[in-house]
Amino acid sequence: MSAATAHEAAATAAPMAAPQAAAAWPFLQMVNVSRRFGSLKAVDDVSFDMAAGELRAVIGPNGAGKTTFFNLISGLLPPSQGRVIFDGEDITRRSIAHRVAKGIVRTFQITEILPDLSVFENIRVGVETARGINARPWIGRGERIAVNRRIEELIAIVNLTDKARRIVGELAHGDQRVVEVAVALSVGPRLLLLDEPTAGMGDSETEHMVDLVRRLHSDQGVSVLFIEHDMDIVFGIAQRITVLDRGRVLADGPPEQISADPQVRAAYLGEAE
Amino acid sequence: MTRAATIAAMWIALIALPWWLPLIGGYTALGSKVLIYAIATMGLNLVLGFTGGLSFGQAAYFGLGGYGAGMTLKYLVPSTPLAILIGTLVGGLAATILGPLVMRRRGIYFAMITIAIGQLFYFVIVRWNEVTGGEDGLAGFGRQDIHLGNVVIPLTDVNFYYLVLLCFTVAVAVMWTLLQSPLGHTWVAIRENRRRLQFLGVRPERYVWASFAIAGFITAFAGTLNALLFNFTSPQDLHWILSGDFVIMIVLGGMRSFFGPLIGVIIFVVAQDYLSSLTDNWMTFIGLIFVLIVLLFPRGVFGIFDRRAKIA
Ligand SMILES: Nc1ncnc2c1ncn2[C@@H]1O[C@H](COP(=O)(O)OP(=O)(O)OP(=O)(O)O)[C@@H](O)[C@H]1O
Ligand SMILES: [Mg+2]
Repeated sequence: MSAATAHEAAATAAPMAAPQAAAAWPFLQMVNVSRRFGSLKAVDDVSFDMAAGELRAVIGPNGAGKTTFFNLISGLLPPSQGRVIFDGEDITRRSIAHRVAKGIVRTFQITEILPDLSVFENIRVGVETARGINARPWIGRGERIAVNRRIEELIAIVNLTDKARRIVGELAHGDQRVVEVAVALSVGPRLLLLDEPTAGMGDSETEHMVDLVRRLHSDQGVSVLFIEHDMDIVFGIAQRITVLDRGRVLADGPPEQISADPQVRAAYLGEAE
Repeated sequence: MTRAATIAAMWIALIALPWWLPLIGGYTALGSKVLIYAIATMGLNLVLGFTGGLSFGQAAYFGLGGYGAGMTLKYLVPSTPLAILIGTLVGGLAATILGPLVMRRRGIYFAMITIAIGQLFYFVIVRWNEVTGGEDGLAGFGRQDIHLGNVVIPLTDVNFYYLVLLCFTVAVAVMWTLLQSPLGHTWVAIRENRRRLQFLGVRPERYVWASFAIAGFITAFAGTLNALLFNFTSPQDLHWILSGDFVIMIVLGGMRSFFGPLIGVIIFVVAQDYLSSLTDNWMTFIGLIFVLIVLLFPRGVFGIFDRRAKIA
């Protein structure tokens, strides 16, 4: 599987890493991370490892701390305690820009797009950022052609070619979420964080998104961590599942183990079914 | 009409202006004034309409440009091009130096700091009256004939209009190029969704700074021409009332469109010129027009031609 090769590549690319006991070289590692809001512990002493090439789901009831967990990884919020390590570097106090440069890119539970611009223009900002030319006050022909080609490529990957010139704010909700993923993809993520990518979608939209996430993982070689409430999707595509409940990790393992876990069944799946 | 045809018609009308404007009761200097304000407001609109920063003190850079040009002519050298250059640098550098104070603020705080900075310059100009003429304004300078090799071009009203039109063309080319560039795309993205941009690894502040600084240079450029138009400049050219008028002009014409501010300026300046000869309460009528346009065309008059920001 490509996951295994990606994982090996990561391991050889970073030989100075301390090998984890029997486990993969930790691509993303959270060490005893907590985040308090006043007296509320939204994330409570969470330790977490993710290998390169993984497709991992984070599940848990409303208010479990899933989005907060993403905020700590992506740098929107600093943790109250603990450390966040990505690809061998302690990024706990590093800026959002630094994390993105390292390859951590996210989407949001509430779609964040450039609403008055077209699909093409939304993705263009990401492509120009990825090429490091944001600050250029003019653009030459060659560069423009290269940028446009890359945009078309990304639009094709997410199957929005026929809507490339449409204003994103006027698209259906499902398409808007796909645009957000395409924009995230445009900056070249190594770890993609998707916060409820199928939230509020109809059946066919959901299917399209699930297929997209799967292809990003297998064809584009992106490691994906996604929050999801739909258990069919979670158990359908995730290679590994982390269950959060009231800020704590309740369970963590492959789908078979999670579905068999009595604590998870009691605390979460039982309610959801 | 297609967009290209509209724009072609606009240029023809501008080039022919000294012939047709007097026929409808205008005068060439009014055309110059419209183009000067168009440069200023289109420059401001880089911040306001395209970057989404409520720059409400832009007249400061307009006025600094005017004082820079006037004082160059009065105290330094009798050269129109140098007056324009120095005035543009004075106003533009002021905006560049103050940009860091502005770039982190958003929404109403952006508006407040830009107004405050604007008023600061206003008071400096008023207080420094031995040099600036204080409340009475700066007079005693005049635009000089332009020497191109052996050719001397006297800056009559009509020739000056063509100088302004040339400056307008240059400014339009610069702004158009900017808005087509990655920098311009980044500005629009800041306006649209700052958070999205941050999570693509971009730090918006420095781009807001660039936008504010460049707008400062362009507005100051317009300010120098304004001083040359009247051979006079006064503290009113830096006052927040003029800043507010700039914003009104932009909103009238359409802040999402490139040429929108030009339309707004035409409506405003023409209304001001005609109405003020009829009534002292002309501002009331401007207000009325403003309210009507905002109600009828939320995207400004230019919004009729242009359903959304084409330059994005
Ligand atoms: N910025 C904040 N300030 C204060 N409290 C917050 C903040 N962000 C989250 N919380 C609280 O932290 C807890 C966890 O919120 P979080 O958004 O992480 O949950 P979630 O698992 O993503 O839930 P959902 O499934 O509803 O999206 C909630 O009680 C929430 O109200
Ligand atoms: Mg959430």
